[in-house]
Amino acid sequence: MSTYALEVEGVRKVFVRKERTGKRRGLRRAKKKEETVALKDIDLTVARGEVFGVLGPNGSGKSTLIRLVSTLLLPDGGSLRVFGHDVEHDPFAVKRLINRVSVDAAFFKKFSPIENLMYAARLYGLDAGEARERMREIMIRLGLKEETFDNPMEHMSRGMQQKVAVARGFLTSPILLLLDEPTTGLDPHSKRDVQAFVREIRETHDATVLLTTHDMDEADRLCDRIAIIDDGRIVALDTPEGLKALVPSENGKETTMEDVFIALTGRTFEEAEAKEVKE
Amino acid sequence: MSAFVREMRGAYAFVERNVNLMKRYWGWEVVWLIYSLTNALAITYIGNGMSAISGTEIDTQYVVTYLLVGALIWQYLVVIFYAISEMIAWERWEGTIEYTFMAPVSRPTHLVGTTLFAIGYGIVRTLAILGIVVAFFSLNLAGANILGTVLMLLAGSVSFVGLGILAAVLPLLYPERGAQMTNAVAAILLLISGVYYPVETLPGWLQVIAKASPATYVIKGMRACLLEGRSTVTLLPTVFTLIGIGVGVITLGLIIFRYVERYAKRSGRLKRSG
Repeated sequence: MSTYALEVEGVRKVFVRKERTGKRRGLRRAKKKEETVALKDIDLTVARGEVFGVLGPNGSGKSTLIRLVSTLLLPDGGSLRVFGHDVEHDPFAVKRLINRVSVDAAFFKKFSPIENLMYAARLYGLDAGEARERMREIMIRLGLKEETFDNPMEHMSRGMQQKVAVARGFLTSPILLLLDEPTTGLDPHSKRDVQAFVREIRETHDATVLLTTHDMDEADRLCDRIAIIDDGRIVALDTPEGLKALVPSENGKETTMEDVFIALTGRTFEEAEAKEVKE
Repeated sequence: MSAFVREMRGAYAFVERNVNLMKRYWGWEVVWLIYSLTNALAITYIGNGMSAISGTEIDTQYVVTYLLVGALIWQYLVVIFYAISEMIAWERWEGTIEYTFMAPVSRPTHLVGTTLFAIGYGIVRTLAILGIVVAFFSLNLAGANILGTVLMLLAGSVSFVGLGILAAVLPLLYPERGAQMTNAVAAILLLISGVYYPVETLPGWLQVIAKASPATYVIKGMRACLLEGRSTVTLLPTVFTLIGIGVGVITLGLIIFRYVERYAKRSGRLKRSG
């Protein structure tokens, strides 16, 4: 098995969108193609056991990168390998090694957490009895109350649903865990629960974590190394301390990740996100 | 753990999920059952009223049974078709499609699980409708060939599984409208397959197209078993034809599905919810 959990080489992803122009060509309305380059020649490696953060504003390409590693998208250039298995050509081997928690806690909303997690467990070929025990353990560890386990998910708060999503991600014991903004929209208490669990998993299991976030403090606290991504490009990649060292502190104040982002991109996170919305 | 056990657990995931969906949306199940039942009754009453409509004496019993067989078999086949064609649509509605496609389950396993549920669900539902319908009409199926009927139904199921896979491609290609497009496929099959009338009553060009529909053979064979009591041996060529069409359509469906899944991953269509 490769010493790298993830190798990304020259990855490029372009989305093409057809839009009506308002003009007519015969009976048909003319359409023009619009290309959005989501990732521009991304290169990175993630070592086994590392918590690797991808920090960037909304629309910077973080989720596209996670979807490519998850085999849900195919790259338009370059290659991605998970423990040596090519994501495009050997997706089955990759799927057995990964799991993902995304910002949208997508579930069968009328099912209970147990029913949703059992569906996931069976898809991953787990024994039902062992899976049932493990899902209870993880949900209790994440602070979910046992009396909610059999209630429909649609009656749960966003924070509770996201904790079930985290439980689903950990249930299959992935050796590469993809966390796509797992704490976005959570209340501070739920956020702390999830972050503590990520740290615990890292200490107790042989798992590698690829974490995308636009929460700079979260990236700073959880990650061994961070890639700052803006407009589909990696603008810096180093340890949190290494990144902060790039920017001299002002007035004796400790440099923050936000200072680093502004220094590297010339704009604040909010400005970067506003630009994405305009485009 | 052997690969076989893992795949079977994967297939069972879809059976259990669909049973759970049925339980959670039981109100919708009741509504659909009432719709199907009243539909079958309304069509069959046309047979009952044929003498009054035409003003001539006809064998009402035969016409009623003819129409009822068509209505029930169509209900069964269309349940299989929709259960399979909706395997993608359900995931889009619930937003879980990415999680299912990310799981280490092959598409044939996905299909096996969906098919097992579809056939079981289709049989239970059709028997429930039949059980209620017989209370409205006096049916004489004394000379019917039940073994041949079952054989014909199973052979027909294979083809409809294939058609279901082909239709399942639509929600993958068209996130917003794909599910509705499958209704058009079912409607065309209903028109051309001789469900409520002999195919020979259709215009010549539609009769040619009818030959490509597996439902044409299933319904013709079922009527031969139930109305004429035709022996199983004489039905074997039709059974083999249906299995042949079924294997061909399933193979074609899987190839097209694989191609379209790749296209959806290339163009980013998995993400969008309908």
